[in-house]
Amino acid sequence: MEKMPKWADVVLIPLISLILAAAISALVILGIGEDPVAAVKLMVKGSLGSTYGWGYTLYYATNFMFTGLAVAVAFHASMFNIGGEGQAMLGGLGVALVCLFVPWPHWSVAILGAIAASAVFGAAWAAIPAYLQARRGSHIVITTIMFNFIAAALLNYVLVNLLRPAGSMDPATAKFPAATNLPTLHELLAPLGISFSKSAPANVSLIIAVLACVAVWALIWRTRLGFELRAFGKSESGARYAGISPFKITMLAMLISGGLAGMMAINNVMGEAERLVLNAVEGAGFIGIAVSLMGRNHPFGVFLAAILFGFLYQGGAELALWTNIPRELIVVIQALVILFTGALDNMVRMPLERLFLALRRKEA
Amino acid sequence: MTAPALELKGISKAFGPVQANKDISIAVQPGTIHGIIGENGAGKSTLMSILYGFYKADAGEIFIKGEKTAIPDSQAAIAAGIGMVFQHFKLVENFTVLENIILGAEDGRLLRPSLSKARKVLRQLEQEYELHVDPDEIIENLSVGHQQRVEILKALYRQADILILDEPTGVLTPAEADQLFRILDRLREEGKTIILITHKLREIMEITNTVSVMRRGQMTATVKTADTTPEQLAELMVGRKVLLQVEKAPAQPGKTVLEVENLKVTDAKGVARLKGVSLDIRAGEILGIAGVAGNGQSELLEVLGGMIPGDGVIRLNGAEIPLSGQGANGKARRDIGIAHVPEDRQRDGLIMDFHAWENVAFGYHHDPAYQKNALFMDNAALREDTARKMEKFDVRPPDPWLAAKNFSGGNQQKVVVAREIERNPDLLLVGQPTRGVDIGAIEFIHKQIIALRDQGKAILLVSVELDEIMSLSDRIAVMFDGQIMGERLPDQTNAQELGLLMAGMANDGGAA
Repeated sequence: MEKMPKWADVVLIPLISLILAAAISALVILGIGEDPVAAVKLMVKGSLGSTYGWGYTLYYATNFMFTGLAVAVAFHASMFNIGGEGQAMLGGLGVALVCLFVPWPHWSVAILGAIAASAVFGAAWAAIPAYLQARRGSHIVITTIMFNFIAAALLNYVLVNLLRPAGSMDPATAKFPAATNLPTLHELLAPLGISFSKSAPANVSLIIAVLACVAVWALIWRTRLGFELRAFGKSESGARYAGISPFKITMLAMLISGGLAGMMAINNVMGEAERLVLNAVEGAGFIGIAVSLMGRNHPFGVFLAAILFGFLYQGGAELALWTNIPRELIVVIQALVILFTGALDNMVRMPLERLFLALRRKEA
Repeated sequence: MTAPALELKGISKAFGPVQANKDISIAVQPGTIHGIIGENGAGKSTLMSILYGFYKADAGEIFIKGEKTAIPDSQAAIAAGIGMVFQHFKLVENFTVLENIILGAEDGRLLRPSLSKARKVLRQLEQEYELHVDPDEIIENLSVGHQQRVEILKALYRQADILILDEPTGVLTPAEADQLFRILDRLREEGKTIILITHKLREIMEITNTVSVMRRGQMTATVKTADTTPEQLAELMVGRKVLLQVEKAPAQPGKTVLEVENLKVTDAKGVARLKGVSLDIRAGEILGIAGVAGNGQSELLEVLGGMIPGDGVIRLNGAEIPLSGQGANGKARRDIGIAHVPEDRQRDGLIMDFHAWENVAFGYHHDPAYQKNALFMDNAALREDTARKMEKFDVRPPDPWLAAKNFSGGNQQKVVVAREIERNPDLLLVGQPTRGVDIGAIEFIHKQIIALRDQGKAILLVSVELDEIMSLSDRIAVMFDGQIMGERLPDQTNAQELGLLMAGMANDGGAA
């Protein structure tokens, strides 16, 4: 017997967690002498009040969809991939290489090459921890997090010593050729007669991210591989009984996970910066963990949670820009959301379960 | 009449929507053995946990020697003279018997006085109850039967007058069980009160004075053992008439299906678990493997099922098949017609969070019938197949969308058995087919296994329930310490002889 209806698990718990996080955030804002209502208004206006705001919100959301999906896929196989950050960095390197060194005729072809390169680079970066886990039992949490640092160092070396244009003081690649520049939402929506802010970075990658959500859903719940992945994630000894190879599943789950994290680079590197800079990922790899947690590791949940975190990111930036609320407070608010939706999940869940049980007993 | 040693009045306990105990009242007379029998999940363990202070009852009262007693924790239970021997012993393996006995009952900061006092008390208890154990032996060197004695001594050392034993014979050989019953008999003579929790009707009939039957959280009857029969008790437990005897026609063995030669398995710690097992099974025959749990039967099933690597030769229908580690695994076994009902359905046989229909595909998810195309599985076809199998095997409720964890033990096992038997395998490996399964489902599962045999399939049956082995098998092989001690025909042997073999007493070299 389920303890409570599915809708309560999927909708009610995240909603209550969010409200709690918002309430405590409001107290913190009050505590530093600012007006929480005005702050919320500003956040909503700055992130959702204009196509410019939406453009940024969706741009961030695109990043988080990729990294959130990456965490979700690994999680279904019972692995905690904390290496999204490093995998996305390497994905960026893949994108930079194909954009700089392949003479693409048009962005539509270039994006296919970039997707492939970013996925391969991200997957390759995840492959090493996956192999170490599958063959040597080195815990994936430890190795993936260490690989984030190695990725940062590697990128530093490559940008400074190999890809930096001669004479530049900036540890970044040259601008990508114009033929690889992705159309923004402004360009995509203009033919439809919808005017969208010209300067917002949201671009065609958003569509790829949404397609990735659908593809991951189909992979997890409609394919044999997804079946094996979930079976392995729920019971390793059961998988052994069924003849599912732990090595194969560990490798494939992490390759797919790393590939998804890497694909984030088509948005931030190819779509927005149009060159590869240091720290291009800006923590999106870690936000992906929260997004996946909040989205209950379901692609649709990841989609919604990514948009929420996009809103927090953009709204937070606006808040820092227009008020005396320091930038750090935004991090506090984001942390509270993560804390309540992720770590303190049971705090909301258990009383709610008890409530539903009591209600049911009354009916019976 | 003196006051009952223990009396429960109107005990109720609910876990969420599940009413585990409902208005339970019993009175246990001093100096008697009172049996509590019921199927898994009937509420026996909950009731005893309330008595021992692990759970707090929602309602009801406990009287000990006529006095109302509150038992908020196990300390209070011990103080009230209640001792508990758990199914899984609570002993520190690398401590001596003496150290285990004083653990938690030390007299002061220094151990030595407690130890020497305990040694004296132990000697007394030994004489009084004929409970012989070497006080200086390390627990892990003791046999399971002796470990159980230590548990009983622990309770007696704490001056328990009421002793509760939870499924005490589950881990014992028949001979050890007999010894235990002699000890219990002696304790009863000395005026102790014993509550024996079991699901084995034979034990109830053998030793108890009175018996209470539990079903679905309620006490359905309390009767004098002398006035009842196993059939009546079974009916009270299940709520309908059940067939205790398995009915089967004589086997008609055909050609040899499985041949195993000198099969060896070494576990991850380097301990030899199978030490050269050879056996064969013919078509239309059930070979039962008897043995006390942990003597290599699990490894035999797992290596044959492709789950663990091993050494030796396995031939199926005359053709040698690779062992796991040489590229074989559970899937490769299924592909050549070996089906496997694993010993632990919750750990191996099912994914507890998966829907029933996903579990019906589990292990067979490569089956072309379950694929829509090269990319996607045909979940709708799979659900139809599941609904069909659930109906045929009387799985209740017949809902393919229900998660495995939400079925009862018996119905979970039916899902596994349906999945494996419906594949029409040449060889069926079955481990503990009825462990934790209610009597009604046991009857059904036994029938299915025999029906498969009658279709000319070979079956390897592993069970720690000797009754099950004796009633189902066409031949019985006894395992002890990773070896086959001997083979017997069920109608030419008895529990005593098998029990000796299970304890490693007689080795007559194998062939029957």
